[in-house]
Amino acid sequence: MEPMDFHVEAVGRRGINMVTRSGGMALLAGRFVATLKDIPRSMHLIVGQFYSIGVRSLPLIIVISVFVGAVSAWQAAYQFKFIGAPLRLLGSAVGKAVVIELAPVLSALVFAGRVGAGIAAELGTMRVTEQIDALESLGIDPVRYLVLPRMLACTVMVPMLVVFANFIAVIGALAVSIFGVDISSETFLNGYRMSFQLSDFLNGMIKAGVFGFLIGLVGCYEGMTTIGGAEGVGRSTTIAVVISSVLILIFNFFFAVLLFRI
Amino acid sequence: MPLIEVEQLSKRFGQHTVLDGISLSIERGESVVIIGQSGTGKSVVLKHLIRLLEPDDGRVIFDGCDLAEIGHAELTDVRRRIAMVFQSAALLDSLTVGENVGLGLKETRRMSSSEIAPIVEECLELVGLADAADKMPSELSGGMRKRVGLARAIANRPEVVLYDEPTTGLDPVTAETINELIVSLNERVNATSVAVTHDMHSAFMIAHRIIMLHRGMIVFDGTPQEIQASGDPIVRQFIEGKAVGPLTTQV
Ligand SMILES: Nc1ncnc2c1ncn2[C@@H]1O[C@H](COP(=O)(O)OP(=O)(O)OP(=O)(O)O)[C@@H](O)[C@H]1O
Ligand SMILES: [Mg+2]
Repeated sequence: MEPMDFHVEAVGRRGINMVTRSGGMALLAGRFVATLKDIPRSMHLIVGQFYSIGVRSLPLIIVISVFVGAVSAWQAAYQFKFIGAPLRLLGSAVGKAVVIELAPVLSALVFAGRVGAGIAAELGTMRVTEQIDALESLGIDPVRYLVLPRMLACTVMVPMLVVFANFIAVIGALAVSIFGVDISSETFLNGYRMSFQLSDFLNGMIKAGVFGFLIGLVGCYEGMTTIGGAEGVGRSTTIAVVISSVLILIFNFFFAVLLFRI
Repeated sequence: MPLIEVEQLSKRFGQHTVLDGISLSIERGESVVIIGQSGTGKSVVLKHLIRLLEPDDGRVIFDGCDLAEIGHAELTDVRRRIAMVFQSAALLDSLTVGENVGLGLKETRRMSSSEIAPIVEECLELVGLADAADKMPSELSGGMRKRVGLARAIANRPEVVLYDEPTTGLDPVTAETINELIVSLNERVNATSVAVTHDMHSAFMIAHRIIMLHRGMIVFDGTPQEIQASGDPIVRQFIEGKAVGPLTTQV
């Protein structure tokens, strides 16, 4: 085969993969919505996932949020000095950045790495070891049994974690302001309060919910469609993290355009 | 009307044709054994019977319904009536042995734990694993896992049980217990059974009828007496287990 043909074919195959993937994810999203009516009878599964997906991500979110808050205060102060802006506005700038971008986006990216990858690996292993076939053979719908609890937990828990992230990031930023930039906590918090708008916070939560949904959907889809042993599981895990991270950043841009009108 | 009917079933994986238009029918209460060389598609046939795989051509009909045409709810009903013992056991590794066995009862019949417990105990007893209920699958040997898979399959009291090599990897004594269990389920509760096995002794013990697959086709379909008397060189070589003959092992 000529190298040129080979390229055309490879690109074509990639295009087809993307179409199958998007179609498959749309179908899975539809089946997820259809199983929402089974929430009451699946409570025992859902509670477990809320704990393992949500609660156990909390320490990680706390650690990254302290440092996200701290570095944004530091970098904002650095720029304020450069352009000669008054430091009493430091809290405003940091607060805005954290609430509308940094807390939702960075939490979601970290969550994709921890939880999205975990879901893809777990479901992928279950797929290649026929555990999903076994569920089906027992008349148990794997979408209800496996996908529903995980996608629900992601969609609900990412916004919850973002609430914590917002709060902890302010503490990190405050610490830097007091000890590094040398402004009082009162000045910082006044600035923060001045720029805080409930609608920003709520829009951040909406974003976070959509990011959580995407992470759950991509992780479940890649896991459920895994083929080919341990190597296949590895591939699904990587792809799940890559696709959900890229989707988070793309969606985030469109959210900015739609929700935060200039 | 036969309970299970397979008509001209073909299945390919990529370029590789595994099943090439096979037809068979299984009556209610019958015990059929499928034999054939490793890799001829015996497990693939079983998976088609509960639509874990879908035919490229042909049809699988269970109790009058074409499996390819029924909806989600009907398929679930069919699957509740048919249980499968997987070649790899396929236990859920996040659940204990007892939870695995009771899984169908809990999730599809929605029975309470107090109703499930005695059934789980009874099924584990039948496969000789009465004290394993609280163990995790990873703590069991391969043969023990296989038996848990069998206990899980029969816990739902299915009308049809598909056994994929139920005795492979078991010691002769345990294997004999499992053979007896299969026979007794068939005779006592009239469960239809379809078993894949390499063990000719167990095939002769449990089968009313033996089907031999070779290169994607059925080369023999008849009673154990008929297969003993068969003059077909492929069949003879297989049941006598000779290395020399028309069958070869592809490497
Ligand atoms: N999901 C799959 N994807 C691709 N090929 C498959 C798949 N399942 C089975 N095959 C192929 O189909 C053929 C038949 O497989 P099958 O598992 O049915 O064999 P078998 O008769 O059960 O053998 P054994 O006695 O060793 O269990 C094999 O060549 C296998 O490579
Ligand atoms: Mg097999």
